[in-house]
Amino acid sequence: MQFTNQHKNLSSINSESKLSNDFARKIAEEKYKYGFTTDIHTDIIERGLNETTIRLISKKKQEPNWLLDFRLKAYHYWLTMNMPTWGHLNIPEIDYQAISYYAAPTKKKAPNSLEEVDPELIKTFNKLGIPLEEQMALSGMAVDAVMDSVSVKTTYKEHLIEKGIIFCSFNEAVREHPDLVKKYLGSVVSYCDNFFAALNSAVFSDGSFVYIPKGVRCPMELSTYFRINAQGTGQFERTLIIADDESYVSYLEGCTAPMRDENQLHAAIVEIIVHDHAEVKYSTVQNWYPGDANGKGGVYNFVTKRGNCLGKGSKLSWTQVETGSAITWKYPSCILTGDDSSAEFYSVAVTNNCQQADTGTKMIHLGRNTKSTIVSKGISAGQSQNAYRGLVRVAPNAEGSRNYSQCDSLLLGSQCGAHTFPYMDIHNETAIVEHEATTSKINEDQIFYCNQRGISTEDAVGLIVNGYAKEVLNKLPMEFAVEAQKLLSISLEGSIG
Amino acid sequence: MLEIKDLHANINGKEILKGINLTIHPGEVHAIMGPNGSGKSTLSAVLVGNPAYEVTHGSITFFGKDLLQLSPEDRSHEGIFLSFQYPVEIPGVSMVNFMRAAVNEHRKYKGQQPLSASEFLKLMREKRTIVELDNKLANRSVNEGFSGGEKKRNEIFQMAMLEPRLSILDETDSGLDIDALRIVAEGVNKLKTPETSTIVITHYQRLLDYIKPDIVHVLYKGRIVKTAGPELALELERKGYDWIKEELGE
Repeated sequence: MQFTNQHKNLSSINSESKLSNDFARKIAEEKYKYGFTTDIHTDIIERGLNETTIRLISKKKQEPNWLLDFRLKAYHYWLTMNMPTWGHLNIPEIDYQAISYYAAPTKKKAPNSLEEVDPELIKTFNKLGIPLEEQMALSGMAVDAVMDSVSVKTTYKEHLIEKGIIFCSFNEAVREHPDLVKKYLGSVVSYCDNFFAALNSAVFSDGSFVYIPKGVRCPMELSTYFRINAQGTGQFERTLIIADDESYVSYLEGCTAPMRDENQLHAAIVEIIVHDHAEVKYSTVQNWYPGDANGKGGVYNFVTKRGNCLGKGSKLSWTQVETGSAITWKYPSCILTGDDSSAEFYSVAVTNNCQQADTGTKMIHLGRNTKSTIVSKGISAGQSQNAYRGLVRVAPNAEGSRNYSQCDSLLLGSQCGAHTFPYMDIHNETAIVEHEATTSKINEDQIFYCNQRGISTEDAVGLIVNGYAKEVLNKLPMEFAVEAQKLLSISLEGSIG
Repeated sequence: MLEIKDLHANINGKEILKGINLTIHPGEVHAIMGPNGSGKSTLSAVLVGNPAYEVTHGSITFFGKDLLQLSPEDRSHEGIFLSFQYPVEIPGVSMVNFMRAAVNEHRKYKGQQPLSASEFLKLMREKRTIVELDNKLANRSVNEGFSGGEKKRNEIFQMAMLEPRLSILDETDSGLDIDALRIVAEGVNKLKTPETSTIVITHYQRLLDYIKPDIVHVLYKGRIVKTAGPELALELERKGYDWIKEELGE
């Protein structure tokens, strides 16, 4: 009962925070505030990708043979593949041999307490505003902080262990819970799935692992912050979340990356397995470095996220706020296997300057009476290109399935592009599938009306954009909703007037 | 408080204001009347710094400050308020969030702390009674789905929240039925203090029955061609504008 109360508290704070809207002003002047690098001694292996590299990564992590085999199979499959070109994206050629596939802060042993963590690292996290310490308990979160590739510190793990919840770095899970990892790794996103999934499967560095046992409601929001730090290193995270029967977990993923001129590659995989009547909420705020106003630099974000609603009446919800990266290629998807299972995809994708985003979702209805909801809000400014790409597939046996899709585009300025590519593939005549789409533009009269009331143009854009994205932002846990509102305003700085 | 000297302004290269001179003292109510297309709305737009209009000549000072050097938001912070003839709808932005941003920006300009959520909601409750604005409207998006009368009441509500030193009512009576007109006008009167001034732009005497002007100006072809006391408005109501045109030799 204790955690039910805690949850209630959270939601009451939540509703209050939605009233507060003075976020925009404070940060209106800020540029990309996470643009700093940390001076930590880093262990980087030589650039390039071959079988030796993979064996080296596996060896550094002291991995079992079955995992090395998995990596090698993925690598050999990857060699046969080509980069996908179907996205509405202009991707410069990537030299996969010019990338270093492993970087870890050097540490003699894993830290057991905060005092043991490198003070430089703590400073970085503080600059990022990651509350690793006591405020975490107050806000009811646990953070598995990932710096480059190695999980540095996991907080509140003991508290979770009491409930039988496993929340640890991926590498630790490989060591401590090999059976679970072996059973579920690649079960939702196979290494054959796509080019970037194969690459990740071959070289993934670290990531997070979550297991919620039967009937357990996770008492706090689980959170991971990813952050690229070392120059010229790729980030290949791997997240695996398993919610056993009748369990519940809300997982938050936040990304910030320091400013770099060189493009950086990020190819992550997230796999989620939801069993009978379990529920998983996965929220992301993605704020990798988008490159400068002229399109120089920025992160390439090629991510495969997919969940399988395996069990009856299971539920999976994706919420994403995408403001960063030079290029985003990302389609958090759901396979609705279990009867009566349901899935949601709520997305805000902002592109400004020269950013490109091709993002959306896939809802694959396999079970009977499965339901899915898609709400996508694209915001384009500058010379950016923003595409929604979504697939709704209803299999022949998916009697009584329903989908509702809503795709809205908001344009700021006249040089940007918004594109919608909805695909429907319906094989059962009892299915009901709806699709709505709108395109709108912030007009000068609205801005001037705000100006006349004393609200600056930047703040007015922030107000309007946050109003537009409210439906999605309201889906985020409180901590993220506030940060996401700030990010929207920061991302659109200078886009009007 | 306000001094306009030989003001000329263009829109899209066309000169609309051709030498306006106007002085307003604290506590005064000025009515500006005139036939369609004479430049009344242009004058209000120029006063609040609408970027669509270009000032080509002349000066405007407000409490000694050069208004033309101030951004639209700073003019608002200085205490100039425009009740728009056509209030703009802003979908998705609640009146609460909108007003809270506006009020706190004004407070920041004055070096005051922002209001807490509860202080702000209390202020809003208090002020919306002035124009009998329904709580439901206050929770909706800015002007979205408001009737014509509700939009105008909402303008005066915002005026009550921001407590301007100079309010410009641009055809606030247009599209209002008698009851709404009375509510709006009474709202304006309740907000009136000996320190605040009002410019009422209107075609009709009926608004001036409620909001009594001290001085009435006739604007015609971009110039103020006649200035007199409140009796001028009554005369215009009776006789129209032709006699003024005749006086001007047209």
